[in-house]
Parts: sequence; C-alpha cells; structure tokens
Amino acid sequence: MPLPARLRRALPRLSRRRVLASSAVLALVAGLVGWAAWPERAAWTTTDQRLTVLSGPGGDQPIDLDTRFYLPRDISGRVPAVLLAHGFGGSKDSVADDAESLAERGYAVLTWSARGFGRSGGQIHLDHPDYEVRDAQRLLDWLAARPEVQTDAAGDPRVGVLGGSYGGALALLLAAQDTRVDAIVPMITWNDLGRAFLPQSADVATSGVFKKGWAGLFFGSGAGPAERALAPGAEPVPPAGGDPACGRFAADVCAAYLSMATTGIPDARTLQVLRRSSPAPVLNRIKAPTLLVQGAVDTLFPLSEADANARGIAAAGTPVRVAWFTGGHDGGLGPQSDQDRSRFLTAQWLDHYVKGSGPAPATSFTYSRVAGFSALDRGLVTNGYSDPTYPGLGGTGRTDITVAGPAQPIANPPNGNPGALSSLPGVGERLTTLLGGVAGDIPGQFATFESAPVDRTVEVVGAPTVRLRAASPTGTATLFVKLYDVDPAGTETLSAGLVAPVRLTGLPATIEAARPVTVTLPAIVRRIGAGNTVRIVVSASDQAFLTPAQPTTYTVAVEPAVTLPTVVGTPIANPQVIWRYVLAGLLLTLAVGMVTVLLVRRRRARRLDHPVADEDAGTPLVVRNLRKAYDDGFVAVEEISFSVERGQVVGLLGPNGAGKTTTLRVLMGLTMPTAGEALVFGHRLVPGAPILSRVGALVEGPGFLPHLSGYENLRAYWRATGRPWADARFDEALEIAGLGQSVHRRTRNYSHGMRQRLAIAQAMLGMPELLVLDEPTDGLDPPQIAEMRRVLRQYATDGRAVLVSSHLLAEVEQTCTHAVVVNKGRIVAAGPVEDIVGESPSVQLDVSDVPAATKVLSGLGVRSVTPDGGTGLIVDMNGTPRTELVASLVRAGVGVDRVVPRRRLEDAFLALVGDNSRGSGDR
Amino acid sequence: MSAAATGYRPSATLPIGAEIRRQAARRRTQLALGFMVLLPLIVLLAFEFGGGEDDAESDQFASLVDLATSGGLNFALFSIFVSASFLLVVVVALFCGDTVASEASWGSLRYLLAVPVPRARLLAVKLIVALLYSLVALLTLVGTALLVGTVRYGWHPLGSTIAAEIPAGEGLLRLLGIVGYLAVVMLVVAGLAFLLSVLTDAALGAVGGAVLLWILSGILDQIEALGAIRNVLPTHYSEAWLGLLSTPMQTDDLVKGTIGAVCYATLFWGLAFWRFTRKDITS
Repeated sequence: MPLPARLRRALPRLSRRRVLASSAVLALVAGLVGWAAWPERAAWTTTDQRLTVLSGPGGDQPIDLDTRFYLPRDISGRVPAVLLAHGFGGSKDSVADDAESLAERGYAVLTWSARGFGRSGGQIHLDHPDYEVRDAQRLLDWLAARPEVQTDAAGDPRVGVLGGSYGGALALLLAAQDTRVDAIVPMITWNDLGRAFLPQSADVATSGVFKKGWAGLFFGSGAGPAERALAPGAEPVPPAGGDPACGRFAADVCAAYLSMATTGIPDARTLQVLRRSSPAPVLNRIKAPTLLVQGAVDTLFPLSEADANARGIAAAGTPVRVAWFTGGHDGGLGPQSDQDRSRFLTAQWLDHYVKGSGPAPATSFTYSRVAGFSALDRGLVTNGYSDPTYPGLGGTGRTDITVAGPAQPIANPPNGNPGALSSLPGVGERLTTLLGGVAGDIPGQFATFESAPVDRTVEVVGAPTVRLRAASPTGTATLFVKLYDVDPAGTETLSAGLVAPVRLTGLPATIEAARPVTVTLPAIVRRIGAGNTVRIVVSASDQAFLTPAQPTTYTVAVEPAVTLPTVVGTPIANPQVIWRYVLAGLLLTLAVGMVTVLLVRRRRARRLDHPVADEDAGTPLVVRNLRKAYDDGFVAVEEISFSVERGQVVGLLGPNGAGKTTTLRVLMGLTMPTAGEALVFGHRLVPGAPILSRVGALVEGPGFLPHLSGYENLRAYWRATGRPWADARFDEALEIAGLGQSVHRRTRNYSHGMRQRLAIAQAMLGMPELLVLDEPTDGLDPPQIAEMRRVLRQYATDGRAVLVSSHLLAEVEQTCTHAVVVNKGRIVAAGPVEDIVGESPSVQLDVSDVPAATKVLSGLGVRSVTPDGGTGLIVDMNGTPRTELVASLVRAGVGVDRVVPRRRLEDAFLALVGDNSRGSGDR
Repeated sequence: MSAAATGYRPSATLPIGAEIRRQAARRRTQLALGFMVLLPLIVLLAFEFGGGEDDAESDQFASLVDLATSGGLNFALFSIFVSASFLLVVVVALFCGDTVASEASWGSLRYLLAVPVPRARLLAVKLIVALLYSLVALLTLVGTALLVGTVRYGWHPLGSTIAAEIPAGEGLLRLLGIVGYLAVVMLVVAGLAFLLSVLTDAALGAVGGAVLLWILSGILDQIEALGAIRNVLPTHYSEAWLGLLSTPMQTDDLVKGTIGAVCYATLFWGLAFWRFTRKDITS
C-alpha cells in the first residue's frame, strides 16, 4: 500500500466540517499563545551615554558617569523627568525595570551608575554632598538642557528623584541640596547612617552596637575592582588610593569602616563621615514633597529610619507621606500586592507633584500585615491597611501587658561565638524564612520574661517599649532585647528577625543597684492572636552584631510593664475582589443560559409529539425515501420506502451490507437520516421521539449490563422507561426468554443464544405495538427458532406488527407474512411472501432418465420443466401434488432418486440481488 | 394527545434513582468507594507502625505531614492532601468518564435511547449521578479520615505551621470549605472525562485520557517560562485550597480557581451535550 493512502486511512477522514472546526480551534489556540507570548513594542527609546560632569568639593573635578536616558516614544511637547538612582552595589542596569515602567507612564527617565559603581568612574564617597550629590546636581543640569524635558525655569527641570537604599538617601540629600527637585520618593533608606550601623535602642547617650553583618556586606560589595577594570583588554587598575583593603572606597570612608569594624566604637572622624552621608542634619532643607517607602522586614534600615526622616521633613512643613510594606533589605520586594501598592503610591505621588496631573495624594499612612500563605507561588500574602495620618512608631493606641520573670544571669560568649541568630543579613529576600523564624538563642546566654496569654488579639503597629535593668562586673554590657510572639503550641516567632541592640555603660555589679533604662524595640507590624503570649528575651549575643570579646556574665531583669503600640487600620480594598463579581456574574449567566436552553428544549420536545401525517396515523411504520450517507461520504442506504401494516410480520431481507441495519438504526432514532423519513403511527421518527415508546427493538445484538442478572437487567430496563410496573408484563416476557433459573445469573456468563432470547424478551416488554428485531434467530438452536417463529406470528395479532431483518431466506419465508428485499441500499422487491415466492412452489428432481421424465411431466400440466445438471430437473408444480408427480414418473418407469422441494424465495432472492453480493460493501 | 405509550413521559425516563442503582451494582463503583474508606485506614496503620524517620523538608507543606497525627481534623486534612492531586482525580475521572462509554461498549446505550430516554436527559442524569458518586467518594474519604483520625488522635484544633491553630469548630468549617473547593476543582476533571466518555466507546480511554490531560496540565504548570499562559491551565489553582488554612483565609486564588473550573466544566459539558445530541450512535 502506498504510504499516502495508508496515511489517509490512519487519519480521520477530512470532511468540510472537520477541517473548519479544527482550523477554528487551531487559530484560536495559536492566537491566544501568540497574544500571550508576543513581545510588546517598547513604548520608549533609550540612549546610553557617558556624561562627563564637573563635580567634587570645588566643582571642578571631571567625573565620567555611565548614563541611560529613557524617553517615551509618542510624546508631544516636553515631558517631566525622573532621576532614578540605584542601590548600593547596583548600577544603572539594576533599575531598568522601574525606569521602563516610569517611561511607560510618560516620564523621561535618567538612570546612571553612581561613581564607583558599574562603568562609571570615581570612588565611592557614600552619598557625599560634594561628590555623589553634586554629580546628581550636574545630571539635573543636563536634564534641564534636554529639549524633550519640561522645565520650570531655565536650567530647572521638572523632575522627581526616585531611589532605593543608597539611591534613596541620595534622593533625600539631593532634595536638601538642590531646590530644583520637585518631588522625591526615597525607599528603604537611612536617616542617620551612624545609627543604622551602630544602633542603640536604649535611651542612653552611649554609642550603639556595631552591626557587623550588614556593614561587612556593604563594605565587601564595594571592595572589588571597578567594573570597567574588568572589561576585556583593560589595563589592570591598582586599587584606588593604593590600599588593597579599600577597593573602590574613598580613603576617608575606608578608614572610617576599618576603625569602626575593629573596635566597634566609632571615633570622631568616623562619626563625621557617617553624619556627612546622612540626611538627618539636612532634612529641614527639603522642600520637595516626599513619599517615604520603608520595609518592615529590614534589619539594616528599619522602620525607625523612615520615621526619623518623616518627622524631620514634616517639621519643615513639607508634605510627607509614609508607606510601609512587608519587605526590605531582608524581605526583598515583598508580595505582589505590596509591590503593586508601592508602585501605585509612587506613580500617584510623581503624577501629582511632578507631572501635575491627578488629585493631591492623601497623606494617609499605609502598611501591610502578613495575612497568610499563598498556596500557589508559595509566597506570603499580605493585607493592606491605611490610617488617616501617620502615627509614628507609637501607634494610635497602646496595649500594656505584663511580663514576669526573675533577674537572670546570662553569659557573654568570647568573641560572640557561639552567638544567637536573629536574621541572615544578605541572604536576601527570604521573606518566608524570616517570618517563619530562623531565630534561635543559645542556652545560658539569654534571659526570658513572659506574659500571661493575651486575652484578645493585639494589632501591634509600631515600636514596643520595655524597661531593662542590667548589671555587669565590667560596668558595661552589650545586650539584645527581642520580642517573641509565642502561640499556644509553643512556637515562638521573632517578627522580621528584628532585635534591639543595647550597649550600656556604668552599670553596677549587682542587679539590685541597677537603674532601669527604656529600650525601644524595633517597630513591627504583627497581630498577636488571643491566647498567645509575649516573651521578652534578653540575649548577650547576636551573630549580626559585634559583641565584646571578653567572656562576662551579666545579670538582667525586665520590668513587668511592656507597652505595645497599636493601630487599627482600615483595610485597603483588595483589587482581587473584582474576581468575586466576575464569578457571581459567571454563575448568574450560566443559570440564565441553562434555563433558556431548558425552555427552548421543552418547546421543541412538545413539537416532536405532534403527528405529522394523519393519513399514516394507523400504520405502525411507514418509511419514505429514506437515505443515509455518512460523514465520510459512504452511502449506506440509497433510497428505501416500505411500510408495515398492523398484523403483518415483515421481513427485511438482504445480504450482509445491504443497508438493513442502518435502516433499523434510523428506526430506533440512533442515527439521523440524510433524507427521507420514517413515520411510526404518523409520527416522524427522530432521536428521542416519544413515539419510540411504542416500539420495541433488538438492534445489532443484545446489550446488557454484565454485572446484573437477566432478570435484573429487564427490571433495570423497565425502570429506565419510567412506566408503571404493571404495564411491563414481565411474566410473558420471561416466558418468551425461556431462560428458566438462569434468568437469575449474571448476563456476563450467558451464552450468545441466551442473551439473544433475553434481548427479544426485553424488546417485548410492555408489548409494544411495533416490534423491530434485527436477526432475531441469531444464535438460537432449531427448536428455539421454531418457537420464535410461532411467537412472532402470534405477536402480530391484536393489531401489532413486527419488522424482522434477516439475511436468512428460510427464516423470512417461514416467519413473515411480508418481505422487503434490499440490496445495495435499495429495495429490489416488496410484497407478501407468497407473491414473491409465487403460488406454486417448485421441486427439484433427480431422475434416471431425464428426457423420459420431461415428457411424462409435461403431460401432467405443470408450469415448466427445466433441466438442472446431468440428472436434475426443476419443475414448477403449478398446484400438482408432489405425490402425483412421483407416482406418474414411477408408473412411466422413470427412477426417482431424490425429490426436494425447491425454495422459490431463494430463486427470487438470487435473481433479485444477483448470485453474489460482492461489491455491496459493508452496510 | 400524546403519541407515546401509556405511562410514558420523557421527563420520567431514566429516573435518577434508576441510574444510581445501575451504577451501584457495579464492582467498579463499590471498589472505588471502598478504597475511599480504606485509604485513611491504610494511612493510619502506616502512621502507627511506620518508622519515624525525620526528613527535614524545606517545603512549608511538609508540615502537614508532621501535624497529621495531631488530631482528627489534621488527619483528615492530611488524607485530603495526599489524595487531592492524583487519587481523587482518578476516582472522579472513573465515575464521569466511564458512565456513558461503558453503556456504549455494553451495547445497552442504544436500548436506553430506544426507550426512548431523550438524549439530553440521558446525559444529564448520567452526569448528575456521576457527580453524585464523585461527591460521595470525596465525602467518604474525608468522613472516614475524620472519624478514624478523631477516634485515634482525638478532637483537637486544626494546626498548621503557616498560621496559628484554628479552633476545632472553625477548623471543621475550614475542612468543609476545602472539601467544597476540591469538589469544584474536580469539576474540570469531571467535565473532561465526561466529554471523552461521550466521544469514545472505550471507557478506559475516557478515564485514562482525562487523567493524562490533567497530569499534562500539571506538568505545563510547572514550566514557569510559560508565564501568563499558566494562569489559564485547569490545574493552576488546584492547590489554592491551602489558602483556607491561613488566618484570615486567603480566598482570592480560590475565587479564580472556581471561575476557571466553572468555565472549563461548562465548556466540556457543553461540548459533550452538543456532540451527543447530534451524533449517530453506532455502538
């Protein structure tokens, strides 16, 4: 077989409908995938450019900055600009996403790698007003000179400054130094770098505890050679300043770090370096409206930094808004909902204060609290809340709880090892781990003070305070105070891994003499559930901080009163709520659609129940011009017309594949005719037509539930009809089946004949007026066949009718009153069996002398005598009895070997359909 | 005047009770439901006699295993957790995929249609009963797990490490919510299996095909490069019920998952009805 032909057979036949349907589906799928995957045409253009600006204390040192300028593609006139600064260790590339989304909003965006980073020149001066900040001022000059950028005055561009962490501080410092800045959005940044790296949570003047983990990370990321020195073919550049310890850091910054990291106590020069790089002293000069976005999961620049910035800027009368999100230097970008909210607030801020569109943003305070876990991306889910005004870290209310515990001695480990773990600086963006709690304390190094279970849920938003007393034989103590939320099962959680480092000096040697100091714990957003307890832990060590090298044993005690600031914010509407309306709408639409479909169907069903041909109302079956062509083009029935009258047993006779079964299938409503119609008592037969309830059928063999017995099958069938039990006439049907006790066996085990009998019995259940049987005697033994003939003939009395299909001539001849002979999808003969057979059956004779016999027979008045082979004769008797025929032959001396009644129907059949049925196909 | 035989009403054919009996007598139905009873018992025995090896898994939901023996609610939750991704899919596909195709393969379908049971009614009854059995299977599983878990481990709050403990009473409601959502998600399997059941005469093909496509969807869902396309995969929100374990409940994904499931089920069932009411029954 040639391959294409084989292929064509293996594949489903192509019909017009199939081709159309598959093309439509294919086009739809391709369209959807394409739509989802198609790269969008960027709505902006970018220009990478190296700008050399004059900067430094005298404004005369050239510095080479690597910049990228984003310009919206379709602009008319000038557009406002945004100066977008990157974080520490980043470059202009690390803010590309934000730059693109701002450019899409219609801003010209200038990003650049700060000096000492990326491919820009220079050294890291930590946002020094004379270096990094002045660089940015020169970039403002550059923006003002761009013809596309909107200006407020000559040389004064309409510009907002945006940045996170290192870039955030730059935004603050730039706004303080340059009044051309129209709005700023500093994110997760510091207020006082000294306090950030040397935090002191107690209300004492002593400098704090060195945050060695983060400081080391910071310093390390600036320690390598500059990126431009790594470019292929570049000359090896010696470390700036010639000190390999300093990397790209400017000498004074480097020296400050080295001194601070060695002792943990800052010297005056270090403090001066840190102060110079901090917005704290210059906040009162900021006139640009400021949106402060700070992360609640941030052990580097905690919420208190933004709080200090907010207070400082607000004191100067400048509009300030504060937004907290669940994320930060430890928590990363946070959940999508928080990212969306921050982005929205930023856009709203810039749109109003820079672009000049949109209403003035509220100055309400927004924050988010972890609400649970998203099952899908396995990330945290937060709920957003707002409060009309920023309450600071003290909350809008407070809940006082009481913790209890005796004064306890705790050991400071030598060199801080082993040390307690609270956070994992630099591991980065492991929000879930942090909130799940990596915290662990080392036995012997911590004291515990625990409250009773809280009687109602406390919504902590802000910085809790405790009062601490400590004694130390050396007079100094470095302590870490933490607040754990302990659930009834005993699981303790340190919110965001935040601890309050405390360095106390001048302590007495005994706890009795110790004076309490107030310790302000880091600000947190946490719901302490009813039944949970609050546990205050004072630890002597923490791996993120530098602790005294000498082993010492302190004694600590915590005063019972603990203050928890609370805010009960208004939940921010979740944009996802829209889906609930979508769902409700969908369900409503479906309900309406379903009702509509049902109503339409009901109307259509009522139409089905009306007779279409009154003249045929009394006729059990009328088939008119029936034609059935299958989808693949095969014509099973060309054209068939016949009728079955009351009292008739009609045989549908034809060779295999003549179209009998297809015709019966149409009669059962299993197949739709292509043309023509079948009417039962004047009702057109269509699938599901109620008139079918007056038809009993056996088509294409029995079909039973194999796991039920024969009896149960009949009952199950009748139950499916929904008709009264009394109408079924089970006993008569069972008698016809004649299965005896086997009727209670499962049909799975039945022989073919038993199933056939059961199927006939099922067809007769309820004694339908028209019985349609397809090859009913298939599988029956001769006595059963004989019995079946009797049953069928008897059935057709009382005005009922039977249609039997068969390819067996004898069966039709002996069972039926009428016959319809079909071949190749057409009727070749129809009428009473006697008509087709002829009134005079013929006889086949084998005789010893053919010519003599022919002569004798011709004299008897028979209709015809035909020679059949060497010794055979076929005689059409024309009413002459066989006995007389044989007697005459014998009398004439002709020997008779054999006398066989000859089936006339067979003659008729063979004559009608031809000797072989080859080519008729499988119908 | 009705043309039908006395006592025949199209709306009375194949009563739901009759179809329930047809299916109830099948070994397949009995085994599937029996296994739903057996599974929690097997899990219980495994907990009782199994070794106590402690694999520190990083997955947050490994905690469900650790908590499984902490009470009846958690045991039921664990039983749901282990069976939701595959076993329930197979059972639902079995009930919905086998129902029409097996009748076709036995040849009894044509006799039902010759009763005549209107085709749409036949499908509707088959679908309702298949869904009913699926629901019974789900409830049997959860009910048995809850019962044996409570008998063995006691009636305790529903614990999870992703949120605070949930009091037993509310925990039971959450559990019912989870069962409800699972039932909704399974509508997609039910729809797919039912459609295949109508399209093919091979019961095994319909059941297997539905399970295969479900697994395929699950695999595609793992490929993050597909981006937004994953959101429309029927399996994408299949685990959103875990959101019901946190406090307060995370229902956004459940809503989206429900929308998806309803859309898919409607599509599949619509196609099944459209096809079945038009096709030639040749089996």
